[in-house]
Amino acid sequence: MSGYRKGRELIVKRFLYVSRRPPHGTIYGHEGLEVIFTGAVFDQMVTVLFLDDGVYQLVKDQDPGALGFKNYALGFRALNELGVQAICASRDDLTARGLSREDLLVDALLLSSFEITDLMENQDTILSF
Amino acid sequence: MVFGLVVNEGPYQHQASDTAYNFARAVIGMGHSIIRVFFYHDGVYNGTRLVVPPQDDRAVTERWSEFAETHQVDLVLCVAAAHRRGILDESERQRNGKDAENLAAGFRISGIGQLVEAAILADRMVVFGD
Repeated sequence: MSGYRKGRELIVKRFLYVSRRPPHGTIYGHEGLEVIFTGAVFDQMVTVLFLDDGVYQLVKDQDPGALGFKNYALGFRALNELGVQAICASRDDLTARGLSREDLLVDALLLSSFEITDLMENQDTILSF
Repeated sequence: MVFGLVVNEGPYQHQASDTAYNFARAVIGMGHSIIRVFFYHDGVYNGTRLVVPPQDDRAVTERWSEFAETHQVDLVLCVAAAHRRGILDESERQRNGKDAENLAAGFRISGIGQLVEAAILADRMVVFGD
């Protein structure tokens, strides 16, 4: 990607993708991941954040094959290699759902609500699915 | 200011498309510009030409088509989302061996890259959805 310029400067923005819904019941998580993958080639600064029921997308050993659904969440493992800076999840939302770091299929950064606010305030663009 | 809009829900099912349309009109009315309106998830249903709007209710797709023409705004349906939901232009119709295309006037079909590009170039991205 040669990139976009403002004058002679290459534009590099801080992108945050937020996921708030659980996997499989609706397509938002799956199609959301497709945007993250595509966006990864644009050389921007990308962070992905899971909130509310979105934390369920990170749970390991999902087996939607019995329903004929794609196990798209395995794709989250490729994000670091694609240049995504961090995969974050709300610590409070995990705890409220009886989940901990050990239940997750990626090594996510667990954030408090203050840290999430801080993260969001420091973005140029937030896209939510 | 340059705005980019994202519409994630289909017409009538959800108010997202209506709110986005009213917001888009306000953006132009206040002298700002819109780099692109990107339709994703069920939002691609806003772009089918085969809509028969109810007589006593608003014509969501037609409104967008008119808005696009009047103000030269770029309306883009995501190709992957459109494939899943059966919205095709002539090129996609041929490429996938289908017997019809159904894209509404004023819309075009393109990749997710157009969403990311809009987000890079716009001053503000506003997402309309559930």
